[in-house]
Amino acid sequence: MNIVSIRGLWVCYRTHPVLEDINLDLEEGDFLGLIGPNGGGKSTLIKVMLGLIKPDRGTVLIFGRSPKDARGQIGYMPQKTLFDQSFPVKALEVVLMGRYSRVGLLRRYGREDRDAAMRALEAVGMGGHAEREIGSLSGGEQQRVFVARSLVSDPRLLLLDEPTSGVDSAQQTEFYDLLSRLNRDMGIAIVLVSHDITAVSTHVKKIACLNQRLYYHGSGELAREDIEKAYGCPVEMIAHGTPHRVLRRHD
Amino acid sequence: MIELQIDFLQYDFMRSALAAGLVASVLCSIIGIYVILNKIVFISDGIAHAAFGGIGFGYLLGMDPLGFGIASAVLTALGIGTVSSRSRVSEDTAIGVFLATGMALGIIFMSLSKGYAKDLYGYLFGNILAVTWNDVSLILALTLSVLILVFLLYKEFLILSFDPAYAEAIGLPVQRLRLLLLCMVAFSVVVLIKIVGIIMVIALLTIPGAISRQHMKSITGIMAGSALLGAVFVTAGLMVSYLLNVPSGATIILTAAVVFFLSIALTR
Repeated sequence: MNIVSIRGLWVCYRTHPVLEDINLDLEEGDFLGLIGPNGGGKSTLIKVMLGLIKPDRGTVLIFGRSPKDARGQIGYMPQKTLFDQSFPVKALEVVLMGRYSRVGLLRRYGREDRDAAMRALEAVGMGGHAEREIGSLSGGEQQRVFVARSLVSDPRLLLLDEPTSGVDSAQQTEFYDLLSRLNRDMGIAIVLVSHDITAVSTHVKKIACLNQRLYYHGSGELAREDIEKAYGCPVEMIAHGTPHRVLRRHD
Repeated sequence: MIELQIDFLQYDFMRSALAAGLVASVLCSIIGIYVILNKIVFISDGIAHAAFGGIGFGYLLGMDPLGFGIASAVLTALGIGTVSSRSRVSEDTAIGVFLATGMALGIIFMSLSKGYAKDLYGYLFGNILAVTWNDVSLILALTLSVLILVFLLYKEFLILSFDPAYAEAIGLPVQRLRLLLLCMVAFSVVVLIKIVGIIMVIALLTIPGAISRQHMKSITGIMAGSALLGAVFVTAGLMVSYLLNVPSGATIILTAAVVFFLSIALTR
């Protein structure tokens, strides 16, 4: 069974299509980088997969179920969370928020939830910071806490919407390494939205480009024409030899 | 000092005033921190002013103005919450419109009945000495219901206050929770109108929480600290106003403001 199966998906804002005939399959263990220009519908696609936006046409199945029903198995990390840096909340409490989909309305977190939150913090190397206030952590550490929050419900699919914005490049590299490890060691499928083509291409297994339409060949490569079609203009590309190439070798 | 306290509490109206002030401190401490964290200070102020429409109407009919005040405050809370999320009117515009409309209605209603000037003054600037034991039980009932709601929905309000976009993504009923929070704000501001008056409501709702936040690390700690501070402000304000024969509402607010500025100066 596919983790994600999207068929003929259309989403329109009023009469203007935002997503046009999207088809996408993801399997167990996939690590997809989703690139594309701003306003190309990347966040919209993530929201459809979370069941926050209803498709105008087409079907979206996550683990063979509707996105809403599958929510408990999806971990989500939004674009850089713009929270109040003096918000009185500890790292552990932030991670616990990710248990909401399991615990549900009106119920309280239990022993099991706290243990899961500790494990998630340890998985991202933040076990020693559980009692720290979120605002007292560095940008990179906060980002790890938010990854832990998306992991705490033991998801089989992680959706990350431009998670590295506002983090310096050394921390970005560490962050991508962390994602690769989660993908490899814990077998979590990941969809990583980014507009940083270079960074993404060196870490993901598959890459897709979205600008209303999805340019995707089920591989780690995209043709230059695809990317240029998606961006609507010539794109200056840096081709990587190893470990992945975004662009096929041209002769 | 002890003599002063006995002297101070020998009147029944002082005892009911103090009781109302102490219970209201608890109510404010719970709601105040959410008002601060969710940055809905202006909305809360708008609700307080709009409540005046209901108060004036109740006054005109010769019925309990507080009950009508609560009704119109809740309607305003729901109105602002709904208008700003569904239409193209921005939230602060909606607040401005509701605020002024409520005030205008209140003034018209009150001017249509007798004894207008004196009571108008009481609602605008507060008259804690006019609080009856009936009012105290109403304030107590409102405080208990807010306590229960926040106890049950503590985890939900924490997620909503911290990161509303994430809250929505993980399936929290964000809009309903926000409206519920605004309704609880409506309860609180109407209670506070009795104590410090419409114009100064927002100060008593936010100052204790703002001070407590500088010293406490958790939300429950901030709530406890601000309840204590609120109680001190109300008691001290009442005593000073009694001794110097100055308006109680303004004295309470000034007491709070002095501590607020001291706290800022000392924590630097």
